[in-house]
Amino acid sequence: MIERITDGIARLGRGGLDVIATVGRAGRFLAGVLAGVPRPSVGFPLLVRQLYSVGVLSLAIVVVSGLFIGMVLGLQGYTILSDYGSEAAIGQMIALTLVRELGPVVTALLFAGRAGSALTAEIGLMKATEQLSSMEMMGVDPLRRVIAPRLWAGFIAMPVLAAIFSVVGIWGGMLVGVEWLGVFEGSFWGNMQSSVSFTEDVLNGVIKTVVFGFVCSWIAVFQGYDCVPTSAGISSATTKTVVYSSLAVLGLDFVLTAVMFGDF
Amino acid sequence: MAQRTTEIITGLFIIAGLAALLFLALQVSGLSPKSDADTYTLYASFNDVGGITPRGKVAMAGVTVGSVRSVSLDKETFQARVELAIDASVDNIPADSSAVIRTSGLLGEQYIDISIGGDMDSLKAGDSFYSTQSAMNLERLITNFASGSK
Repeated sequence: MIERITDGIARLGRGGLDVIATVGRAGRFLAGVLAGVPRPSVGFPLLVRQLYSVGVLSLAIVVVSGLFIGMVLGLQGYTILSDYGSEAAIGQMIALTLVRELGPVVTALLFAGRAGSALTAEIGLMKATEQLSSMEMMGVDPLRRVIAPRLWAGFIAMPVLAAIFSVVGIWGGMLVGVEWLGVFEGSFWGNMQSSVSFTEDVLNGVIKTVVFGFVCSWIAVFQGYDCVPTSAGISSATTKTVVYSSLAVLGLDFVLTAVMFGDF
Repeated sequence: MAQRTTEIITGLFIIAGLAALLFLALQVSGLSPKSDADTYTLYASFNDVGGITPRGKVAMAGVTVGSVRSVSLDKETFQARVELAIDASVDNIPADSSAVIRTSGLLGEQYIDISIGGDMDSLKAGDSFYSTQSAMNLERLITNFASGSK
């Protein structure tokens, strides 16, 4: 009986130590990636190629989701606001919701699902097929050659994708609100412009996307690099990437919102 | 795909992102480079500012002529001191005009309305409004009415 209890406590401790060790490995891994800045002539083409696969190929899902989310916001906002006779405020509602919250968060979730999982699977397969260790044998640092361009590409692509998401969403909201439901276009834009501040809303949204982009791509490349090099290991690493990225994005979003928009 | 094509498409992607940011700045948040340069400052002290906040509207005859820059407490008089940024084109506000806090609609937001006086002199940058009228507090009005005082 007592043995079972002590066993349980030991397992708990081992699990906790495993988590701390993983965090430590992730930190050392990040330091290694950031320290190893490749020469521009070598690194830049690699970065462009990764920007293409991480950013440009995510564009379709981001644009389509942004359009539909903007249209839903327009429709929902109109039905609620028209009860109070203030449907002209729909522009400011859509813009603030998208720029402050939905733009950064939904883009980050889509990014984790679309690009993060692909990064993890790619790097995990490279590890399983021992491409990474053969690079080391040839004297090429895989952190520098493989990981760094992917991390930076995610970091750069996220703010770009989120800005496009917000703009498309606002356009979708305008389509529903102004074109279909007949809100006056002048008050749509006028209310929006008088209530959205560039520094407080737009720039804080950009800061959020930068943080999310960094966290999502860090988790993705680390999970790929740290995975168990088997097919089951790669699949569990891919799952972990999506789960951890989503949780990290939503948790960080609360913290960032409290710091940026909370009054205390 | 050829490296060149990838580069061009990625470049377009980054440019699209910058254009989106520019759109957010200009069209959505109404940021314009001339916003601060073409205004001058007036001050008004109120006993009660109600719901006036920075970036609130300042209007004359219903036309927006400026915005509220800041609201602070004057520790000498215990009044609220509101800093108003008025468009430079509106440079002939009579010196005896008064600043009145009004509500747009019954439940709408509060704004500062400038009621025109008849003086030949006009307010200069840094001047204060001589007379002001504070926010109408609906709750206080109802309380007074209900308790029958005054």
